[in-house]
Amino acid sequence: MLLKDLFNPKARKKYITLPAHTKDSKDSPEQGPAIKTCPKCGKPNREEDMDNSYKVCLGCSYHYPLTAGERIWIMTDENSFSEFNKGLKTSDPLAFPGYAERVAKAREDTGLDDAVITGTTTINGEKAVLGVMDSGFMMGSMGSVAGEKITAAFENAIKERVPVVFFTASGGARMQEGMLSLMQMAKTSAAVARFHEEGLLYISVLTHPTTGGVTASFATLADIIIAEPGALVCFTGPRVIEQTIHQKIPEGFQKAEFLLEHGMIDKIIHRRDLKEFLGKMMALHR
Amino acid sequence: MKTEAEIRSVAEPSEDRSYVNYRPPTSGLQLPLQVGRTMSYKYSLEFEKDYKELERKLNELKEIALNKKIDFSQEIATLETKLENYKEEKYSTLSAWQKVLIARHPERPATMDYIEAIFDDFIELHGDRCYRDDPAIVGGIARFNGVPVTVIGHQKGRDTNQNLKRNFGMPHPEGYRKACRLVKQAEKFKRPVICLIDTQGAYPGVEAEKRGQGWAIAQTLMQMSLLKTPIISLVTGEGGSGGALALGVADRVLMLSYAIYSVISPEGCASILCKDVSKSHEMADYLKLTAEDLHEMGVIDEIISEPLEGAHTDPDKTYKIVREKLQVHFDALQSSNIDELLEKRYRRLRNMGVFEEVGV
Repeated sequence: MLLKDLFNPKARKKYITLPAHTKDSKDSPEQGPAIKTCPKCGKPNREEDMDNSYKVCLGCSYHYPLTAGERIWIMTDENSFSEFNKGLKTSDPLAFPGYAERVAKAREDTGLDDAVITGTTTINGEKAVLGVMDSGFMMGSMGSVAGEKITAAFENAIKERVPVVFFTASGGARMQEGMLSLMQMAKTSAAVARFHEEGLLYISVLTHPTTGGVTASFATLADIIIAEPGALVCFTGPRVIEQTIHQKIPEGFQKAEFLLEHGMIDKIIHRRDLKEFLGKMMALHR
Repeated sequence: MKTEAEIRSVAEPSEDRSYVNYRPPTSGLQLPLQVGRTMSYKYSLEFEKDYKELERKLNELKEIALNKKIDFSQEIATLETKLENYKEEKYSTLSAWQKVLIARHPERPATMDYIEAIFDDFIELHGDRCYRDDPAIVGGIARFNGVPVTVIGHQKGRDTNQNLKRNFGMPHPEGYRKACRLVKQAEKFKRPVICLIDTQGAYPGVEAEKRGQGWAIAQTLMQMSLLKTPIISLVTGEGGSGGALALGVADRVLMLSYAIYSVISPEGCASILCKDVSKSHEMADYLKLTAEDLHEMGVIDEIISEPLEGAHTDPDKTYKIVREKLQVHFDALQSSNIDELLEKRYRRLRNMGVFEEVGV
């Protein structure tokens, strides 16, 4: 907000606005029956081709967002995944208006209990604890349930003496659980700290979009930080920066390539090559 | 715990000197009436306006009585009692939003005020050794009742110029990296750490993002969770989101009674959820960001009561209470075993969160 806008009630209302089309496309990503138009290059990709190409655009390599289920399917060895903390659900601790309904709807839409799935698995034959966030579940936001699952995942990995691989995708801390959500940043970071003390390997894969409280906690505390091509990873998103302090956003800002250049991540890896990379990296730390 | 001259002699040059010299008005009554009037109007919060008006009228009445030598003392006493009762009633039923306003009050004591009032021999240390010194976070070594400690806190400015320098108390990554450096140093020399939290949040800017705002905050959280020395955090004003939490991983988290601590500002919440900032008042309620709510939820350990009308109306009293409370927790932590302390610190965080387990 500009200083002069402080005195203009109309301008004050524009703190942050979300463009309507972005919201719609997030709410129903599966528009159109069998064709997925690439949001980057506009190429109409056929869904069945997508399934064979790791959901990467055949024209420009745009990485479509994956659901948690798809991610597990693509990244793990067949039938190797077994879930932790099944049935953990939010109890709407602040009785926040509209929250229970939104969670119920997200559950119905995604078939998930919350935005994170964790469990043990093998990746290219390497045993690991795997965590996957689903941006389709209330933007992958982290509340009490997500925080508990993430923390437990690291604790379980300590017990089993195996590496942790975490695929992050999140809008940040979940507002509707207030300070309890914020505290999950500290809780998960403390769990990662203990995990590191044990001399075990943690690889995080930042996928589109990883923002806010997740970027500022466990996601960026890994030994090896990978990002998928084009993934937006930030603490404050470009829209909020633009609208709150009116700074111009440089081209490609906060994208994986930008982060690599600025020394924030180790590598950008194409989705097709990720599984092999993870297997190799874990084998190096066995 | 020093005279002003002493403070001035060790204070830093230029801007900080005017800062040290600044004294918030203690109460309207001690000031010349004209000054008192402008001061109280300059920063009056909307809900204070009615009784501030009464207070002013009452002062006028007192002055008239004094000048004309008429004895109104009984009437004045009655009115004063009524006014006091009215204020007490008002402040005991403050809404969450009204507390937000007090927490952001421009005259509210800031970190440097607390440091000067509560600690001795403060020596500020600068810089993150990577990029620059971030004036939005101050830190250094001081004595707390004789014991050397490391003090770190967000620093808001007192006026526009200072705020430009201090970036309104909103740190860049280098601020958090400085904090990391200072807590590591505290650990090395076995100094307890005391953190003072007062920020709207980490700075949401292009440069901050370029240098890894998220990375810096995450590192701070992780380091403090393992730090082998006692940590006490005190939320003095605004505890805004991750930028505040970075100084909030501690063995004890205390909070002033009108301070707030929240995952997002009420305005941010209102604009994201309702697309309408005018709903901020309601959101403040829903977010459960007051000291009372957070104490009930177990997020903080103790509430430190401020003077009735807020810390800014009687800073000296505030410092005294804060000092006493800090001392209690400080002594308790000093006498505990460090391994037990770390285990408790982990458990404290580990237990954060409310959810239900449904059988599958």
